[in-house]
Amino acid sequence: MPEPKKLIGEDGRRLDGRRWDELRPISLEVGVLKNADGSAYINWGKNKIMAAVYGPKEVHPKHQVLPDRALLRTRYHMAPFSVDERKNPAPSRREIEISKVIREALVPAVLVEDYPRTAIEVWVEVLQSDGGSRVAGITAASLALADAGINMRDLVVGCSCGIIDSTVVADLDDTEDKEGSGDMPVAIMPNLNQVTLLQVDGIYTRENFQKAFELAIAKGREVYSMQRDALAKRFFSGEPQPMEESA
Amino acid sequence: MSMKKNYVVETIRKAQMLELLNRGKRVDERALDQHREITVQTGVIQKANGSAIVTLGDSQVLAGVKIATGAPFPDTPDKGLLVVNAEILPLASPYAEPGPPSEEAIELARVVDRGIRESEMVDLHKLCIVEGKTVYTVFVDVNIMNVDGNLFDATSYAVVCALRTAKMKKYAIENDKVVMKDEETPVPVEKTPVSVTLARFGDKLVVDPNGEEEGAMDMRITITTDDDGNVCASQKGEASTITPAQVLEAADTSIRIGREIRAQLVEATKS
Repeated sequence: MPEPKKLIGEDGRRLDGRRWDELRPISLEVGVLKNADGSAYINWGKNKIMAAVYGPKEVHPKHQVLPDRALLRTRYHMAPFSVDERKNPAPSRREIEISKVIREALVPAVLVEDYPRTAIEVWVEVLQSDGGSRVAGITAASLALADAGINMRDLVVGCSCGIIDSTVVADLDDTEDKEGSGDMPVAIMPNLNQVTLLQVDGIYTRENFQKAFELAIAKGREVYSMQRDALAKRFFSGEPQPMEESA
Repeated sequence: MSMKKNYVVETIRKAQMLELLNRGKRVDERALDQHREITVQTGVIQKANGSAIVTLGDSQVLAGVKIATGAPFPDTPDKGLLVVNAEILPLASPYAEPGPPSEEAIELARVVDRGIRESEMVDLHKLCIVEGKTVYTVFVDVNIMNVDGNLFDATSYAVVCALRTAKMKKYAIENDKVVMKDEETPVPVEKTPVSVTLARFGDKLVVDPNGEEEGAMDMRITITTDDDGNVCASQKGEASTITPAQVLEAADTSIRIGREIRAQLVEATKS
């Protein structure tokens, strides 16, 4: 097998100058769309993603009504101009799968039983895509849910780890995702210590599997503090409350 | 495909299953880490390059391989194509319908494809005939014939068995043209990935949920491992959670059970 392109330099730095466990720059803003009940915008590396929440609202078509809880609808969608080669705007199989795993990552955090017979819609639009767009989308979507005032158990935050040049690294960008040899997106509810999304591809020894998985959780917790700051800024426009020690 | 259709019945059933699990028992009397019986029949479709019917308990799937030649993808000019697809046939369950693939069917196909692809089961470089121009294209299509839980593993085993027994035509290059011969050669299989799916009920993980268990489980996790005990693909499913410790427990179980199942699949596909 030909050697893949060198993604980590002699100095241990990655192509964009990051160390193995370093995140790309992230910025978050909550409450950015007028019409939506809740919204959030995330810049994560070159990812630019808008998430919006509508609801709780009436369910249409009615046969989809859940008698004891809310129906959470999600769509992860990429703009045609979000990638190098124009993407057909029709939902691809990849987007359909990601919409499903995003829904399954968010539902555990929402008190769906508080809103029986309603629909809560979560729209995730990727305006520009870099590596890790699904975890960035989840991070923004859970803020949009909180912004909409939906009752929640915890926020959901994600981070992706992977393997490049046989080394476990945090937060793959586009090039590392494509040229590297493994990607592992993970989403967690940080205060409840629960994993809500896990997908893995690549070849991981048992040791590297654990290392990448635990790194993704640790980095997710880092992103969580930024999420918390963004929410505090939206609602208290001041300093966030000191974070309680989590168990 | 989830058989979660009757909320009241599922809720009552789940309570019963949890109570059984707390005594170390399952509804069909299996041990927590015991998979259902696997049967494999290969070479069942003569017009396919390779095929296999696999049953996992009462789940039954048929995989067929068709191999042709075509152009490679521009970004991988020296690699052949391998595409795995799966369809849940309307005859497979009272809850299946004809029409465009459901979300569940798309996820199933993509998760199985990922396990096969990421494990590097087939050496795609060996499927290259003329770099940038002509490569073998290997399509594995899976028809789900009967649904009784854990289609992820049943489908994956059928793909593995069909590929392990598939043959493709040899070629020669005459006057700069690729000419296909009548002689056949096996598909260049290097590894045998094995998918193991676990379902979580409360704090218990069980291997290979059947249809009834799938209807009541909290969540599932599928982990595919290769011959060296490496993890090469995974997918968490259903709208619930798993603790980090349980993920690692599931990985260890998948590696261990995967080893047993791999030996069985290799034995069933010996030439």
